[in-house]
Amino acid sequence: MRKKLFEGIKVLDFSWAAVGPITTKTLSDYGAEVIKIESTSHPDGTRVGGPFKDNIPGFNRSGCFNQWNTGKLSILLNLATPKGLQVAKRLAAWADIVIENFSGGTIERMGLGYEELRKVNPKIIMLSSCMMGQTGPYATHPGLGPLLTALSGFNHITGWPDRQPVGPSGAYTDFMGPRFAMLVILAALDYRRRTGKGQYLDLSQFEGSVHFMAPVLLDYVVNQRVVRRMGNRLSYAAPHGAYRCSGEDRWVAIAVFTDEEWESFCKVIGDPLWTKETKFSTLLARKKNEDELDRLVEEWTISRSAEEVMKLMQAAGVPAGVLQNGEDLQEHDPQLKYRHLYWSLDHPEVGKYTALRPDFVVSKSPYELKRAPLQGEHNEYVLKKILGMSDEEIAELVMEGCLQ
Amino acid sequence: MSKRTIKGMLDPYRVLDLADMECLLCGKLLGDLGADVIKIERPGGDVARRIGPFYHDEADPEKSLFWFAFNTNKRGITLNIETTDGREIFKRLVKSADCVIESFPPGYLDKLGLGYEALEKLNQGIILVSITPFGQSGPYRDYKGPDIVAWAMGGEMYLSGDSDLPPVRVSYHSQAYMHAAVEAAVGAMAALYYRAINGEGQHVDVSVQECVAQVSHQFSTMPWDTNRVIQTRAGGSPSSRVRVTRLWPCKDGYVIFSVSTGIHAKRNNQPLFEWMESEGMADDFLRNIDWDTFDFRTTTQETVDRLEEPIKKFFLLYTSAELLQWGVKHRVQVYPVSTTADIIGNVQLAAREYWVELEHPELATTIKYPGVFAKASEVPLSITRRAPLVGEHNQDIYVGELGFSSEELLILKQANVI
Repeated sequence: MRKKLFEGIKVLDFSWAAVGPITTKTLSDYGAEVIKIESTSHPDGTRVGGPFKDNIPGFNRSGCFNQWNTGKLSILLNLATPKGLQVAKRLAAWADIVIENFSGGTIERMGLGYEELRKVNPKIIMLSSCMMGQTGPYATHPGLGPLLTALSGFNHITGWPDRQPVGPSGAYTDFMGPRFAMLVILAALDYRRRTGKGQYLDLSQFEGSVHFMAPVLLDYVVNQRVVRRMGNRLSYAAPHGAYRCSGEDRWVAIAVFTDEEWESFCKVIGDPLWTKETKFSTLLARKKNEDELDRLVEEWTISRSAEEVMKLMQAAGVPAGVLQNGEDLQEHDPQLKYRHLYWSLDHPEVGKYTALRPDFVVSKSPYELKRAPLQGEHNEYVLKKILGMSDEEIAELVMEGCLQ
Repeated sequence: MSKRTIKGMLDPYRVLDLADMECLLCGKLLGDLGADVIKIERPGGDVARRIGPFYHDEADPEKSLFWFAFNTNKRGITLNIETTDGREIFKRLVKSADCVIESFPPGYLDKLGLGYEALEKLNQGIILVSITPFGQSGPYRDYKGPDIVAWAMGGEMYLSGDSDLPPVRVSYHSQAYMHAAVEAAVGAMAALYYRAINGEGQHVDVSVQECVAQVSHQFSTMPWDTNRVIQTRAGGSPSSRVRVTRLWPCKDGYVIFSVSTGIHAKRNNQPLFEWMESEGMADDFLRNIDWDTFDFRTTTQETVDRLEEPIKKFFLLYTSAELLQWGVKHRVQVYPVSTTADIIGNVQLAAREYWVELEHPELATTIKYPGVFAKASEVPLSITRRAPLVGEHNQDIYVGELGFSSEELLILKQANVI
C-alpha cells in the first residue's frame, strides 16, 4: 500500500466553523493525524448549525460538521480549566502543526498563543486564520464567510447591471481561505524539514481573497475604473450566458469564443436563417445585438433538456454545461462518479452521509475518507495512547470538569 | 536580471510554469513563497496577454493588467514545445526542475512526448501539476470548460441570482480557475513534501469542476444529501417564511448586515438602535419590539418590512467605510459590499501594509499590487518583481544557464523555437 502524502504529520486543531476545519480536513484525508479540540460549553458552530440529517438536530448530525471534519480525532477539553490547558500544551508538544481560527487575540488570551506554545515546542508551526488578520485596527472584529465575501468585492461584481448585487452563494470566501492556509502550512513544513525551524503564520482571509479580485483591482489602480456587474456577459464572447431549457428551473451555460465555435454552434442548432444575418456573423455584430441573440438562442434551448444541449454542443466542440443542482451533482453527473468525488460514509448516528474527497488527486498516494468524529469520541485514545496518561490522571481530569 | 536574492521558504525549488490564463495564479503563489518560477510562454507570448483590463486601455501584450496580476515574481522565457528543438530544450530544463505546472487539454503533453511518464524518466523527482476543466480522466475529460461552464457544472452558478432572472456567474475573470490554481499549488507542495520523505515525484491532477463542487457543496449537495432539498437561487432556508434584508443601500453603495434574532439579538442589535436613537432616527415600532421573543420564523412579512424601514433610512446617511468603522468600534457585524475602490481604500489593509508597489520601468511608473497572502514570522513571503516581458529572461536562462551561444539564440528565434 502506497504511503499517504501526510503520513506522520501531527496536527493540533483548535479551529471551528469552516476555514480552519476545511484546512485540516485535507491534511486528515491525506493521512495526517488531526486532533480536534472540542468543548460542550462552546461547541463548534457547525455542530449546532444545520442542515441536519433528516432535519433532526444533534451535535453529531450536522451536514457541515460531518463534511468538514472527516477522519479527525475529537477530544472534549475545557480550556478554561488549568489542567485542561495543560493537556492542550502537552498536545502542542506532540504536534507538528497547530491551527486556530478564533478572532484576533483570542488564543493569546486563552494562554495558547504562539509564544506560549513555542516554550513547549520550539519547532512548532502555528497558523492563525481569521477574517482580517492578527494586527491592525480591525483585527479583533469577528466576521463570517458571507460578510467577507461582500467585503472582498465579489458581491458587487455578481448580478445584473440594473439590479442590486447578489454575490456567489453563501460563505464563498470560506472555501478560499483553506487553500491559502494549506499552501503556507505546507511551505512552512518543508522549510522546517530543511532547517529545523518552525514559525507563526498569520493568515488574514481577506488578504488571500483579494487575490481573486487582482485584475479588476489593478484596473482601478491604473485606470481609475470601478468595474460593475455584467450579468453573464463576457466582453469577448457571444453567445455567452445561461439559457433556459425544458423542465422546471433547468438551464444550460453556452459560451462561444471563436469563429469555429460559432459555426459549430450554428450547425448544432440546425443552421437556421437568423444565424446567416450579418447582425450575427461577427463577434462585434453579435455583441451589438446580444439581447436579440440571447432570445434566439433560448428559443432553441427551451424545448430541449439541458443535458441534451450540453451533449450536442460539446460533441461539436462548443463549450456548454448544465447548471447543475445538488441532485444533479451527487446522483447523476457521470464525470464526478467516474472521478469518485463523492463518498458515502457510514455513521453511527445518521446512518450514511456523503462527503467529498480532497480537491486534488495524485498519482502515487491514496487519500482515505473516514467519517467525522462524534463529539469527544477519542478522549480515551488521545489521552491514553497519544499522551500516555494513566486511568487515575484521566479520572482526575473528569472530576475537575476538564473533559467537557 | 537574475534570480531573486530575497530569501523565501521555497528558495531551493524551481518551477517551470507552462500554465495559461487564471492557472497562472498557481506559479505566482509559489513564487511569492520564494520558489524560482520560470514562466514558459509560446513565442510571441501566452493567450493571457490578450486579456484585459489593460494599462490605460491599451491592448498590448506588455500591458495586460491580467497578465501583470498573476505573474509577479516570475522570470519569463519563450519556448515552442511543439518543435523538436523546443522539446529538447524543455527536457533539459526539466532535469534541473522540481515542478512543472500546466493547463493544456488532457493528452496534449503526452502527444508531445512530454507527459508525466516521459518527464519522470528524465527526473525521478519531478512533480507535474495538471489543471484541466474536468480532470485527466473520465467521460467529460475532453469537454471544453471555460469559466461559465465550469461554474455551472460545479453547482455554484445555479445558486446565485434573482429568482426572476437566469442564474448568474461572478463577472470578469474566472473564479473557478482561480480556485483550481490555488489548489494546484497546494497539490504541488503536498507532492513535494511526499518526495522529501519517499524520494519520488508524482502527477498532481486538479479538476476545475471538482474545485467548484467543493465550493458549492454546502448549498448544493449538502441540502440534497441531508434532506433531499434542492437549494435554489431564491435562497433562504426552507423554514423561513419571510424575506429578510441582508444587503442595504447606503450613502455610497451597499452594506451587508443581518438583524439578529435569538439569544444574541439584543446584544447585537442594541448598539445600532442606540446610534439611531442618538441621531433621532429610531421610532416607536423599533423601540417596542421584544427581542427576547422576536423570531423571523414566526413573524409576518409586514412586521419585518416595518422594522426595516427606519434602518433603511439610517444606513443611507453613511458611507460603507463609515459604517464599517462604526461596526468595528461597537462590535456590530456590518460590512461594506466593497467596490474595487473600497478595497484599495480599506483601512485594515492599509494598516497591515498589505499593498506592494512594483516598478514598471518600461511604463515609467510603479503600480500598486495586492500583497502577500500570509504573514510568516521566520521567513516572510515577498513580492518583489513585476511580471516578465515576453522572453525577458531568454538570455539569462538560455545563454547564462544552458550554455547556448548568442548565434544559436538567433537561429532558434528565427525558427520560431523561442
